[in-house]
Amino acid sequence: MQHTAIADQIEEDLHEPHSFFTTYIWSQDHKVIAIQYSITAIFVGLVALVLSGLMRLQLGFPDTFDFIDPSAYLQFVTMHGMIMVIYLLTALLLGGFGNYLIPLMIGARDMVFPYLNMLSFWTYLLSVIVLLASFFVPGGPTGAGWTLYPPQAILQGTPGHDWGIILMLASLAIFIVAFTMGGLNYVTTVLQARTHGMTLMRMPLTIWGIFTATVLGLLAFPALLVSAIMMMLDKVIGTSFFMPALVSLGESLDYTGGSPILFQHLFWFFGHPEVYIVALPAFGMVSDVIATHARKNIFGYRMMVWAIVAIGGLSFVVWAHHMYVSGMHPAFGFFFATTTLIIAVPTALKVYNWVLTLWRGNIHLTVPMLFAIGFIFTFTHGGLTGLFLGNVTIDLPLSDTYFVVAHFHMVMGVSPIMVLFAALYHWYPLITGRMLHTGLGKAHFWFTFLGTYAIYLPMHYLGFLGVPRRYFAMGGSDFIPESAQSLNASITFAALIVGLSQLIFIYNLVWSLRRGEPAGHNPWGATSLEWQTPDVPPRHGNWGPELPVVHRWAYDFSVPGAERDFIPQNQPEGKGAEG
Amino acid sequence: MKTAEPVNSDYTQPGVSGMVSDWGADKQAFDVPWGKLMMWIFLLSDTFIFSIFLTGYMNVRLSATEPWPPVSEIFALTVGGVHLPLLLIAIMTFILITSSGTMAMAVNYAYRGDRRRTVILMAITAVLGASFVGLQAFEWSKLIHEGVRPWGNPWGAAQFGSAFFMITGFHGLHVSAGVIYLAIIARKVKRGDYEKKGYAIVEISGLYWHFVDLVWVFIFAFFYLW
Repeated sequence: MQHTAIADQIEEDLHEPHSFFTTYIWSQDHKVIAIQYSITAIFVGLVALVLSGLMRLQLGFPDTFDFIDPSAYLQFVTMHGMIMVIYLLTALLLGGFGNYLIPLMIGARDMVFPYLNMLSFWTYLLSVIVLLASFFVPGGPTGAGWTLYPPQAILQGTPGHDWGIILMLASLAIFIVAFTMGGLNYVTTVLQARTHGMTLMRMPLTIWGIFTATVLGLLAFPALLVSAIMMMLDKVIGTSFFMPALVSLGESLDYTGGSPILFQHLFWFFGHPEVYIVALPAFGMVSDVIATHARKNIFGYRMMVWAIVAIGGLSFVVWAHHMYVSGMHPAFGFFFATTTLIIAVPTALKVYNWVLTLWRGNIHLTVPMLFAIGFIFTFTHGGLTGLFLGNVTIDLPLSDTYFVVAHFHMVMGVSPIMVLFAALYHWYPLITGRMLHTGLGKAHFWFTFLGTYAIYLPMHYLGFLGVPRRYFAMGGSDFIPESAQSLNASITFAALIVGLSQLIFIYNLVWSLRRGEPAGHNPWGATSLEWQTPDVPPRHGNWGPELPVVHRWAYDFSVPGAERDFIPQNQPEGKGAEG
Repeated sequence: MKTAEPVNSDYTQPGVSGMVSDWGADKQAFDVPWGKLMMWIFLLSDTFIFSIFLTGYMNVRLSATEPWPPVSEIFALTVGGVHLPLLLIAIMTFILITSSGTMAMAVNYAYRGDRRRTVILMAITAVLGASFVGLQAFEWSKLIHEGVRPWGNPWGAAQFGSAFFMITGFHGLHVSAGVIYLAIIARKVKRGDYEKKGYAIVEISGLYWHFVDLVWVFIFAFFYLW
């Protein structure tokens, strides 16, 4: 049966925008939607950053700040976690970079369904507004922790148990709708709208990472949606899906016979793939940044692709390692510990390949490269502590301590953020046509990278001491030495400095928009298609009258005998040299 | 690999590597319209939603502290003095499966270019879907009349009502959305909007409709027959 591929058609079918509104606000252009996504995500991310600063103030200097009471502290923890994981990282990596890079890197004119793509952003914006609205309702946002475990999440005694939790669940449901609309687009675009010559095994690893992460999202977010619906019913109309019979504040409640553990299973069936929804795009982008700035082909491209796919598949069978402390049959613990440790194999393979790509490369210590190398450090570090926590017997004593906080911040907080910075410095010239300021960028890198270690390295020691996480204050705990408090104070200092140093970055983003050095075409000498557009920044439709034709993979760097030290993917053979 | 000419998939390779190169072929992985692939992926995602609903239901059913109500008795009707278990559900299931048949015929006529028959069959499908939702509303009101609530019922575990209203409600929303979807597509078919683009859209809406029917079969098996 014949069908027309819109990617092959020229301008008339592309809804060329004419007014300011259709160009910048109700835009169906993937690049504008990507920028809208990114700005929104960075904005909520800054809110979450401020919240983490407030948490650190309380932990470093207890009894100093009157406006942080225990309820407020729990609310800060909850909102910080949820915003960072979902509304910043997921939205920026997939909604932002996914939207911008997929059509450009595979040689398409736009996403396959631009209108749906636009709806995706506006729905996401609605979810953010609903989420932020919870700061202004009576009782404030929910303080149930980002995992929202019932029964406490919806009961008296938890801050925000009236309105905060309802808005949180509604916002999550809206976010999932938005993600689904975007995600269907990303997957279909990668599968069906590649340009001539762009086979799957010639795609840059960035696209592989984003693609696999989107598939994970489409299969994992349903679990969160269902658990949000069930908890909403428990809260609003009094069903007992997750609520056992219980006595609260001396009063026996109407709930009966529900299963709180069911929620934990559903939540982590979403929650663990979510780790890789955040990590896989980061893996992909960092691979491309490293190869480009080391002027060397990525080591083991095929293995890198299979590792991404294998990690994606395995991520669905490890979820209960987040629940060892919930009391689990030893056989299940054994199973989940085994699958968890198996994930370390493809992950370690990727780390080796990044390092081997650097080996004997022509390393340019540009700002993106610094962040990429920083990522290898933080990710290895966080991954190694993951091996501790994947084992049931080691996890049990460490699970409720700062060791876990340090682990997951290193592995899925700081590491993807490092890659996001690398990616922003790397692709900013393409998006705006101007370079970010290098000096400011390097200052930003060193503050962020060293600050990260100043914050999270001591937290491992706090964890070994047994300092519990989530607590508002330690009180008179005999087993915690006095010195833990000074360590906490120093962590707070470091956290505030890192937080403030992000202003350098924001300033750089804004300043460079007008004053930055003009980037010209392909300032990094990259091979992938997004740098080969006729205009920089690319115009609507991306490619001018004709789509590019791809002749080679995305990693022809430093090919012996070639004119330049890179050969773009769309350069035919015979011109330049053979790779 | 890296310097080869633009390649289409190499169908000659055997085994796994042949499959990989088929999938990784030039330009597109599947020889189907974009909308159809997107619908398949959406349905895969939706399958996870319903599977998790049903898994959650089974879990609460097993962990409920009170006995589960006698399902086939609750859904029985007495017609002309005869007591028939699951009669209403059987009728609803029959209607929905019939509608899948009319939908499949609509797809057939659409590809043959017979717009009139396509529209009629899609309209019949939508009407059957609407009557399914109507019967479901009747069933809900009957149960509510007998005292079933999401938070409790006269016969046993409260989770019976919770799961019943949640799962059939979520499925009913899917059917209602499908009825509206089919009506919109049928109207556009009637106007001749797809003369140039082709009638894949009828098949795509059909995919959604068959999916909703298939889900009902699982709900029927796990909720009413268990």
